[in-house]
Amino acid sequence: MTFRPGPPPPAPPAPNRRGNAAAAAPLTDGEWHRLHPLTPLLRGGIFLVVVLGIVVNNLRDTLFETFIPGGGSREQGDPVRYVWEHGAFGWVLLGIAVFLVVLIGLFYLSWRMHEFRVTGEIVEVRSGVLFRNHRKARLDRIQGINITRPLIPRLFGTAKLEIAQAGNDANVQLAYLGAKASDDLRQRILVLASGARDEPEEATPGRQYSSDGVVSDRVYEFLSPELDADAVHATRIVKVKPGRLIASMLLSGTTVVILALVAAIIVSIALTGEYFLLVTLFPAVIGSGGYYVRKFSKSLQYTIADTRDGIRIGFGLVSTTNETLPPGRIHAVSVAQPLLWRPFGWWDVRINRATNAGNGASSNQQVSSIVLPVGTAADVRQVLEIILPALVGSAVVGPEASKDRLREGSAEAVSVVDDSLTTTGDAGGFVHSPRRGRWLRPLSARRNGYRFVEGAVLLRLGAVWRSLVVVPLPRVQSVRVEQGPLERLLRLASVHVHTVSGPVAARVGALDARDAQRLWSGTAERAVEAAATDTSHRWRSRGPAAADGQEARTTPDPHPAVPQAARSALDVPPGWQDVPGTGAVR
Amino acid sequence: MPRERLDEPGLGLTGVDWTRVSSKLVWTELITTVLAGVVVTVGCVLIGVVSGGPGETAGLVWTLIGVAIGIITLVTAVLTPRRVRAIGYALRDDDFVLRKGLMWQRFTAVPYGRLQLVDVNRGPLDRVLGMSELKFVTAAASTNVRIPGIPADRADELRDRLVELAESRRAGL
Repeated sequence: MTFRPGPPPPAPPAPNRRGNAAAAAPLTDGEWHRLHPLTPLLRGGIFLVVVLGIVVNNLRDTLFETFIPGGGSREQGDPVRYVWEHGAFGWVLLGIAVFLVVLIGLFYLSWRMHEFRVTGEIVEVRSGVLFRNHRKARLDRIQGINITRPLIPRLFGTAKLEIAQAGNDANVQLAYLGAKASDDLRQRILVLASGARDEPEEATPGRQYSSDGVVSDRVYEFLSPELDADAVHATRIVKVKPGRLIASMLLSGTTVVILALVAAIIVSIALTGEYFLLVTLFPAVIGSGGYYVRKFSKSLQYTIADTRDGIRIGFGLVSTTNETLPPGRIHAVSVAQPLLWRPFGWWDVRINRATNAGNGASSNQQVSSIVLPVGTAADVRQVLEIILPALVGSAVVGPEASKDRLREGSAEAVSVVDDSLTTTGDAGGFVHSPRRGRWLRPLSARRNGYRFVEGAVLLRLGAVWRSLVVVPLPRVQSVRVEQGPLERLLRLASVHVHTVSGPVAARVGALDARDAQRLWSGTAERAVEAAATDTSHRWRSRGPAAADGQEARTTPDPHPAVPQAARSALDVPPGWQDVPGTGAVR
Repeated sequence: MPRERLDEPGLGLTGVDWTRVSSKLVWTELITTVLAGVVVTVGCVLIGVVSGGPGETAGLVWTLIGVAIGIITLVTAVLTPRRVRAIGYALRDDDFVLRKGLMWQRFTAVPYGRLQLVDVNRGPLDRVLGMSELKFVTAAASTNVRIPGIPADRADELRDRLVELAESRRAGL
């Protein structure tokens, strides 16, 4: 991305400027397109409505008094009344009108200047009137595509599309697009990014949208379920039941803390007899209630689906969000069981990803790293069957293999994880901590262990807070084995498999020193092998197409010591700025 | 109970030639350790004196903290030469291995294809002694591989070599 504080670049030829994102016209033709015409209203319009509301509110009082004299108190300092009494009403009205016209003009201009285009290699967005901002993102570095429909934009039939890229604040946001157009655009971007050369034509036909008028369209859209299985070619779907979701949220650590707080307040009231302490209860109750409602409404209608272009995770009742993760974008998976869920046999599944989706907002970050908020062991198995074939399977049989072969390739990993969720000792072929490991892992020494399966390394951790971590070998960044003084005394060591940062930490401690060394050297060796055959950045390219992204990279970088601030531009080989036309890939 | 060091057979590192870092690194390490140690010790002792000397409880605690930090600094300083000798790196066929630490031993392996960038840093002390520090960045923040005390020209050479290797084995993230 470049930042150009200068005159806007020359406009492309006029005929091409007809493109309008509201239509479901192909947006990936390599030409510049604009966002939905309602964008200025949705992005900045709220401010206008607020100003208008204040003016009207003040005016209403004045009008009331003009028609019903004597009613209401005549307070001083109301600007509207001041203007009214001094006879400058016309001028002020004119001023407001001019202000509005200028504002609308600016919004219009910023909408005109905000354009995007998608070619076979990159997505580009340029925006800004005075300060131009131009951002390019490589398609084969896409970490996920997120479509968010907050309530208001959803009422207008629009959606926000966000292309997640590796690095901080490296996402490309297109807000807002027409709802259908954004779905269509996502699918096309994914097809382009996948590097599929033999693109089957079935992607385009049958996608004619019939409209029965704006209102009924909106109503229909609100009533239809969050996930339309046919539209995304979903082959398997896992749904989270709302009842279980509520129960799982109530059985979380937060609840324990809140209950402890409430108990402490009640006890102190009982001891001191000071009933005013009750007042402190209300904020706690209201706050926690709001927290649960928010969390719940966000996770309602939670679905995980296996689609042709990756894993689709969708949720939300009023404001909906759904994200598609292309294959190979998951860097680590953990299946974990909080202590309170244990009687019910529930688990959650979290992942590490190379992106901070949603402008780095903490809530979004959290959401984008959870795959399954709660589920039984059977659900976990299904979810693993959705996410692992593209990870582990592609490392075993190669990413260009068919879905069934991929599934076969990952079958071992899935069944080992599934079998080992609650096991201890040697079961499942895990190498676990020796007896003397109890000094450091008093309860979990028999569970704490590792094992290799084809394409991945599995860590089995924790006897009280059980978890299982799967690190796909092609995604391993580095491995470390370490030994502190205490561990040396006990002949133990710990191993840390480094992946991109996220909620999953692949670290196993208190292993026998020799086992730890075997894990270390084994992981290092296998990771190199797996990475060499990995082509998941162009997950559907076959044969020669696999070399597509490589050819520009043979030129050695003359200035490798880039400051760390440039990390969002991770791994950008020189020369990719020369954008080939769409024909290059399709 | 026999104590087992990590680099004994089993790690697959037998036959690997470790390149040791420059022994001049001892001086930079010593100077930084001693400086920091002396400043903190003197600070603590001063606070101890101000708050009433060893006679008062507060003064006694501060003085003791100061003394403890002084002893830790001394031990660290004495062990510095050995610690510097323990730093080593090796360029294997497919990955880079770094070993570090005496008390807390650690071995890190970074596959070449995972290197996102290589930094060469030189502080004022490094510049006087003609040394550089190499720093690797991968997509994982926790990798954190730093190799201090490499002769400056050797560092540039190593950086170019590593970047070349990384380019030839580049994979996705």
